[in-house]
Amino acid sequence: MESLLNQLPIGLSIGAVLLLIALGLTFTFGQMGVINMAHGEFIMAGAYTAYMLQDWAGAQAAAVALPVAFALAGTMGWVLERTAIRHFYGRPLDTLLLTWGVSLVLQQAARDLFGAPNVQVVAPSWLNGGVTIGGGTLPYNRLFIMALAIACVAGIWAYQNRSAQGRRMRAVMQNRELAACSGVATARVDQLTFFIGSGLAGVAGVALTLIGPVGPSIGTYYIVDAFLVVVAGGLGQLRGAVIAALALGMLNSFAEFWTNASLAKVIVFAAIIVFLQFRPQGMFVLRSRALT
Amino acid sequence: MSERVRGYALFATVALLLLVVAPLALPAFRLDELAKYLCLAIAALGIGLAWGQGGMLTLGQGVFFGLGGYAMGMYLKLHDAGGDLPDFMVWSGVERLPALWQPFGNPVVALAAVVLVPVAVAVLLGALVFRRRVRGAYFAILSQALAAAFVILLVGQQGLTGGTNGLTNFYDFFGRDPEAESTQRTMYFVVAGVLGVLYLLARQLVGSRFGRLLVAVRDGEDRVRFLGYDPALVKTVTFAISAGMAGLAGALFVPVVGIISPSLLGVVPSLELVVAVAVGGRYALAGAILGAVVMNYAKTSFSEEWAGGWLYLQGALFILVMTLAPKGAVGLYQQARDALARRRGASAAAVEKPGVAVKEEVPA
Amino acid sequence: MRKRSLRYWASLAVLPAVLLTGCGDSGDSGAAAGDGNTIKVGILHSLSGTMAISEVTVANAEKMAVEEVNAAGGVLGKKVEIVQEDGASDWPTFAQKAQKLIKKDKVAAVFGGWTSASRKAMLPVFERNRALLWYPVQYEGLESSPYIFYTGATTNQQIVPGLDYLKEKGAKRIFLVGSDYVFPRTANKIIKAYAAANGMQILGEEYTPLGHTEYSTLVNKVVAAKPDAVFNTLNGDSNVSFFKQLKSAGVTADEMPVMSVSIAEEEVKGIGVANIVGHPVAWNYYQTTESAANDEFVRAFQARHRGAVTSDPMEAGYNAVHLWAAAVKKAGTTDVEAVKKAAAGISLDLPEGKVTVDGGNQHVYKTARIGVIQPDGLIKEVWSSDEPIKPDPYLKTYPWASGLS
Repeated sequence: MESLLNQLPIGLSIGAVLLLIALGLTFTFGQMGVINMAHGEFIMAGAYTAYMLQDWAGAQAAAVALPVAFALAGTMGWVLERTAIRHFYGRPLDTLLLTWGVSLVLQQAARDLFGAPNVQVVAPSWLNGGVTIGGGTLPYNRLFIMALAIACVAGIWAYQNRSAQGRRMRAVMQNRELAACSGVATARVDQLTFFIGSGLAGVAGVALTLIGPVGPSIGTYYIVDAFLVVVAGGLGQLRGAVIAALALGMLNSFAEFWTNASLAKVIVFAAIIVFLQFRPQGMFVLRSRALT
Repeated sequence: MSERVRGYALFATVALLLLVVAPLALPAFRLDELAKYLCLAIAALGIGLAWGQGGMLTLGQGVFFGLGGYAMGMYLKLHDAGGDLPDFMVWSGVERLPALWQPFGNPVVALAAVVLVPVAVAVLLGALVFRRRVRGAYFAILSQALAAAFVILLVGQQGLTGGTNGLTNFYDFFGRDPEAESTQRTMYFVVAGVLGVLYLLARQLVGSRFGRLLVAVRDGEDRVRFLGYDPALVKTVTFAISAGMAGLAGALFVPVVGIISPSLLGVVPSLELVVAVAVGGRYALAGAILGAVVMNYAKTSFSEEWAGGWLYLQGALFILVMTLAPKGAVGLYQQARDALARRRGASAAAVEKPGVAVKEEVPA
Repeated sequence: MRKRSLRYWASLAVLPAVLLTGCGDSGDSGAAAGDGNTIKVGILHSLSGTMAISEVTVANAEKMAVEEVNAAGGVLGKKVEIVQEDGASDWPTFAQKAQKLIKKDKVAAVFGGWTSASRKAMLPVFERNRALLWYPVQYEGLESSPYIFYTGATTNQQIVPGLDYLKEKGAKRIFLVGSDYVFPRTANKIIKAYAAANGMQILGEEYTPLGHTEYSTLVNKVVAAKPDAVFNTLNGDSNVSFFKQLKSAGVTADEMPVMSVSIAEEEVKGIGVANIVGHPVAWNYYQTTESAANDEFVRAFQARHRGAVTSDPMEAGYNAVHLWAAAVKKAGTTDVEAVKKAAAGISLDLPEGKVTVDGGNQHVYKTARIGVIQPDGLIKEVWSSDEPIKPDPYLKTYPWASGLS
């Protein structure tokens, strides 16, 4: 029973990880309709940023790397948007294949730059240990990831609702043509959105160094889960993403507790299919009279 | 020369190349490799139908390929075991033949299952998904997740499926040794024949009223619905056909390569098939086949020469194809042909009917 | 119109095919390995894909061994020539490349494979073509193909000694953690049988999908069960997540040692030494193993690959080449049946010590060694079997294992 209760915070922390990896996608996918398969490789770029900064920042690298990774992954995303993706608006399925090509190139590039084996990122010492809840421990690094996820969500929320630029972003998301007619420079908004979305992947990558491997193929471990969160949450919906990530985290945690890890993944997938029977467009839908 | 005659002439040339020239010119193991590419081309043909014609980007075609392959593999395993348990079950600690396996001892049931099981799964999924108007990117991602979940399930049920090892080590393929050169040669002709027949059938389908409806659904699903048709039905049927093709491809793959395993069915192999179709030209059925053969050939020969480079090349190729030639190789060929025709001027005044390829931009 | 033209073309296309099926063979078989002055051998490992990390190092060790053989005058007066192929971490590719090596390159032997799945995929190819495969990785046993030589450990040379060690240390309650595939499942079956016979208790048995990275639930289960030790058969990247998350749950190697059988020197760095230091592993060879042959092996390998570590599978691959060369010399030919016969009983002093080929099951006698991971990332031997253990892939000599295979 005690260990069952422990699954609650574990579910939350799995949810936080899911949220972090999916947050950027809700914008690039949700707002711009770009199925960015290279999102996983932006996560990888963030993780390698932490690795590279170790030489300079030592054990504090994981913390120092957060803004650097955001900028680096964001810039990579921005370059991708400028050079390729902007020719693809209105063809979301083509972006999927395009960005998959990009992801293959980035993976191999990482392999050539850093070598195929995983590299070591030492967690800051203040993240060692954890708080004891009931009979189990909630590690500090999990708490750190939760705090980071909350900070990211809060930041995005404030940006979207409180800044002029953020409101333009929402305007473009809700009705691109109308926003363009009203004088919003949609191309610029797209660039910025892509920068932020990709940058968030970089942040997630840094966080993941605390709990997982750092190697050329880590993007592939997270990308499918990230997309499932977005699909379940609804495109471009911040609250949808939050709720979906937490719900899937909880489901994962308890399903794995009662069955096993393999079956838990299958259960989560089945749950999403069933859920989409009731809400084909995800949890929250942007209402629109547009005819597809 | 009319478009149709030219089409058949091309078909005959390719058939001649595959059925006469290739078997004479290639050493046995290369012919076997070609047979493998042709198996994948059958699956690609199904993707060409579902995606190119129907607009359903299916990233989980490996699932159907796997269902067909496992149906065939299960029969061969049971046949080899001759009443005993298949070898992998023995070392997985299974004591009695699981109920799921029992029907597959019968070759007729197994061969029927090769097509029927994938079709049934596709119909079920299609009915669930298309009826609820889940489409476009949603469908793509769901089908991808399906592939991921399917592989996890297969690997996890080791006693039932052989786990990561899959099913391999077959001794008797309908009375012949599947590894013997003569069997492989025969299998090559079987695969090439099946591919040819399916291609012609798919062409018929695309040219039919149903085919036109399918394209209409792709280009404006809601408009088709307003006209009184049921797009979900059209899509489900097409999806089921493409699943059946993938199942058949998987079943043929088993005797050709001698193994069916989860590593063939996951997210990446499924995506690779789709990409091959894109490179070949998704709006033409021939493009799907061309892409599958060329891309897989390139993969094999590249990995023989420069292993790491293949990923760069593959990645760069998609980026280039998707940006510069979204209609793939077939699209480029048509562009070149049209440009030539224009240069020849109005002398060839007859306006050519567009063939299977669609000219207009396609909203996804 | 359409119908007629269709049938017309179809018959045209099918006719030659029917004619051709009759005249099969283009005479591919027969010729001896290599031409004139060289003897060809194949090296077939994944150079790309997920397994490349591990397999490239083994391929390098095998290449080095071939060069050593050549430097010592080659075999039968000829130089050994390497044909390398990429298995691409894809099992059917392994089967097809093996076929290519045998049929096109006509190699005398192939050194290759890592995962059990790749070996199982290649097995029928080697058996049908009566060709030789040397497989260099520890595996789950229950196999003894007449056309494969196994130079890695089978279960009684790695898992059973690992259990003996835990028993000696007084561990009574064991938790089993593994990736969801053949090796861990078979290994755990053996472990459960062993435990039943030795008064040990299995508290839980958990599997996670390959590539799984979220271990908090599993760690919670393990911690709640309070085992004396964990037996870990996780594979690859999952180890990184597992050890990181185990450590952040506050578990130390002193209170709950995790015995691993798939973590060698190569993997320690990626996991992070701090996360795994003090935990035991079971192998037959470590970089620190003391022998003259090993000093030379490590020196030569590091001269080629700066900063590289040497690990058990690399050493087993290196051994395979030398054992094959010795067998060919003894047989006086590269003919597969003659080499098989000659290989029986061959004994060489190799980095791990004395290695002898068992003629019966074509495995090798190996010394089992338990090591503990040191703060510098290397592994220090803390326990070893008194002498090389006779390979027993079906565990026939262990009464408690009678119900297993």
